[in-house]
Amino acid sequence: MGDYALAKNVVELRGVYKSILDHEILHDINLDVREGEFLTLLGPSGCGKTTLLRLISGFEEPTLGDIVIDGKNVSGLPPHQRHVNTVFQSYALFPHMTAFENIAFGLRCQKVPFPEIKTRVAAVLKMVKLEKYAERKPNELSGGQQQRVAIARAAVNQPLVLLLDEPLSSLDYRLRKAMQIELKQLQRKLGITFIFVTHDQEEALSMSDRVVVMQEGCIEQVGTPRQVYEEPSNLNVATFIGEVNIFEGEILSTNGNKQIHVNILNKPRIVKSTRHFTLGEKVHVLIRPEDVRVWNQHEVENTTDMFAGTVEEVIYKGTTVDLIVRLENNKIVSATEFFDEDDDRLEYKMGEQVWVNWTSGWEVILPYEI
Amino acid sequence: MRISSLSSSVYFTLTYLFFYIPIILLIVYSFNNTQYSLLWHGFTWRWYVELFSDSDLWISTWHSFFLGIAAATIATWIGLLAAVCLYRYRFFGRNFLNGLVFILILSPEIVMGASLLILFTLVHLPLGFMSLLLAHISFCIPFVIVTIYSRLVSFDKNIFEAAKDLGAGDWLIFLRILVPLLWPALFAGWLLSFTLSLDDVIISYFVAGPEFQILPLQIYSMVRSGIKPEINALCSVLFCLTFILVLMSQLALRKKV
Amino acid sequence: MKYSEFKNVSLSIVWFWLFIFALLPFCLVIAASFMAHSDTHLMQMPFTFSNYLKLNNPIYIRIFEKSLFIAGSVTIICLLLGYPFAYIIARSQSRWKNLFILLVIIPFWTSSLIRSYALIAIIKAKGVLNSILLAIGLIQFPLPILFTNSAVMLGLVYNLLPFMILPIMTNVERLDNRLVDAARDLGANRFTTFRKIIIPLTMPGIIAGSILVFLPAMTLFYIPDILGGAKSILLGNLIQNQFIISENWPMGATFNTALTFLLATLLLIYVFATRSHKRREWL
Repeated sequence: MGDYALAKNVVELRGVYKSILDHEILHDINLDVREGEFLTLLGPSGCGKTTLLRLISGFEEPTLGDIVIDGKNVSGLPPHQRHVNTVFQSYALFPHMTAFENIAFGLRCQKVPFPEIKTRVAAVLKMVKLEKYAERKPNELSGGQQQRVAIARAAVNQPLVLLLDEPLSSLDYRLRKAMQIELKQLQRKLGITFIFVTHDQEEALSMSDRVVVMQEGCIEQVGTPRQVYEEPSNLNVATFIGEVNIFEGEILSTNGNKQIHVNILNKPRIVKSTRHFTLGEKVHVLIRPEDVRVWNQHEVENTTDMFAGTVEEVIYKGTTVDLIVRLENNKIVSATEFFDEDDDRLEYKMGEQVWVNWTSGWEVILPYEI
Repeated sequence: MRISSLSSSVYFTLTYLFFYIPIILLIVYSFNNTQYSLLWHGFTWRWYVELFSDSDLWISTWHSFFLGIAAATIATWIGLLAAVCLYRYRFFGRNFLNGLVFILILSPEIVMGASLLILFTLVHLPLGFMSLLLAHISFCIPFVIVTIYSRLVSFDKNIFEAAKDLGAGDWLIFLRILVPLLWPALFAGWLLSFTLSLDDVIISYFVAGPEFQILPLQIYSMVRSGIKPEINALCSVLFCLTFILVLMSQLALRKKV
Repeated sequence: MKYSEFKNVSLSIVWFWLFIFALLPFCLVIAASFMAHSDTHLMQMPFTFSNYLKLNNPIYIRIFEKSLFIAGSVTIICLLLGYPFAYIIARSQSRWKNLFILLVIIPFWTSSLIRSYALIAIIKAKGVLNSILLAIGLIQFPLPILFTNSAVMLGLVYNLLPFMILPIMTNVERLDNRLVDAARDLGANRFTTFRKIIIPLTMPGIIAGSILVFLPAMTLFYIPDILGGAKSILLGNLIQNQFIISENWPMGATFNTALTFLLATLLLIYVFATRSHKRREWL
């Protein structure tokens, strides 16, 4: 992953607030974007991620705070003077111009001499694999091809940062998956910093170097995909990214080894956490469905650490099987297991009595929140 | 509401016939070889020949065409600027402008004609080509605005942001993006203005002068004196001309970029 | 807002033109209606209300009532004839639909002077209609249609029908079919659906069409002129008269201003109706 401490910050946001007509959209945003990284702004609709993108690109100005691009404070600067370019969700290709003319547009506005325009456009067309489509108009191109033209049009200007506003959301599943890989490769080839906006957490996790999880105008957590998934900083992040089971517990004892005794559903368990907790503190214990193990009655002998429950729902999903289990105190637990055709263990029936457990250390402990 | 197919087809056809029978009769009679009677006396080009050798009519026609082309062209440009501003910008008085356009379209022509007459008289502008031109441009502008604006709202607004993002200023956006994309609507607006100008009777009636005779007013005075076969021929020609213009305009508007 | 040269130049041109040729003349008309008439000057200075008082003349009132009656009848006839027609076209699935619409637009664009003229040949005493009716023996003597109120109404309906059809057509096209389906699904029969769902939802189109027919019907002077003859004087002819023949501009201006108030009232009704309609639309 490299030593980020030495990488330059190409974009910095300091204390940024944005309100429109007394409605606060962004609240105290502080963010550093490192040069050359693929950063994703992830969050549900209305969380402010698109607004944040527009503040960086220059289409809106922050109500408070500073935006610094490449060391320069850019307040008041119009979009085309910021050395950033945007790829729009709807692509916004000029319908009456060919792919070539679309891509060349920015260069022509900058009065780049024509021979240079030709070479640069040809080079970027090659990079997005559309050399043969230079003379086509947008309505003669497929959705995926249009998107590549949109990216090429932005990238050919060699911006410091490329801003992408949910560019893949209108593509179908297969194309989307293919484009995710392509975009990632493109970003490495171009060497440009990408700031990518999406509400699809799977997309964010698979493409990014770092993810910024946002909710209701605030940044909840910034981290690598793994950090954000395995070490969510609060309940919001944990529930937004992937599925999670949440238990309530109480700290029974702590010791220096970062091992904590927690009382969950009246059963003491040993869990691990790097956080600091006090005795008696109420906590949430989070465990992802894929980390939950479900055992048949006759499969296990030592059930002291396990929780008894009844299978309420079995959902076959092809690669996995989801089990909804109702524990003795009516708590619902969701478990996901890989489906192995030969494994009898996975033939669960509704109403069956089972035991639920998980590997100690795979859970996440968070301070109690309402 | 579903009425039986048969009755709605009959109703449909009857209404169309209602629209077109008088015109078709007109065209038929323009070839009728008789002065007064309505019985068929044989096919003839006679009236068209008389029409084409009537020099007064030619002068009026030329005047009307020239006026129409000039008025349509200027009105299209002003209307284009207005429509673009209404679409793209927020400015002081925007709602007022919107309302004004709406009102101008609905206004009875008689109010506009009389008011312009008063204006021109006050500033001592002699009634003639200039007064007609200014009047025609004025009543065409709202129609151009509506035609172009309805095309504008079908655009993806992001195009303009993309253009700004890539460094285009407003003039460049106007010339390189808006005008090429709006071309069909510009054409339709021009044709509409041209036709409106060519057909206008009421406003022209108020602001026309004796020196510059135009076709609709000449037809008006001819018609008041009763039916003449020459008028039939003239009306047929004009009708066919309008027919072609409408066709062109609708084809232009159908074209999708 | 950032300075935009394009925007400022364009707006200046547009405002300049509209101010001088639309707003200013209109104000002049209102001003003129307060002026006096004299033999030497078209309009004279001492401001006076006398023109408005003269509006109370029984002749003028009768002309106004007659115009109102004719315009109202024409509007209703156009509505009854035009609504089904517009509805049928708008809902048509036929591949000739564009052609049908084109065939409605063509009369809309052609000179109504020409089309009214075409009517004369049909309705005059020795015209086509009478000849046919006489020939099949329906009547003994030619019907005197030309130069009557009926002729004027016929001419107005003939010319203004497209103005009723087109707004209703665009409105019906935008009607969400699912609403009709929903109503039928809930048990409404065809008539109720029409009355309670379709008519209220297409009301803006109906009102727009009605205004587009009613106002010209009151003010088009050349149609009553050529189809109704010298006897037929409607509001439009009255104004035409005042300005061109009697050259009593202040009086003409007064009529114009009164007419404008009528327009304003109708517009308010339209705006009010479309606003409350929007509030009622719950989908």
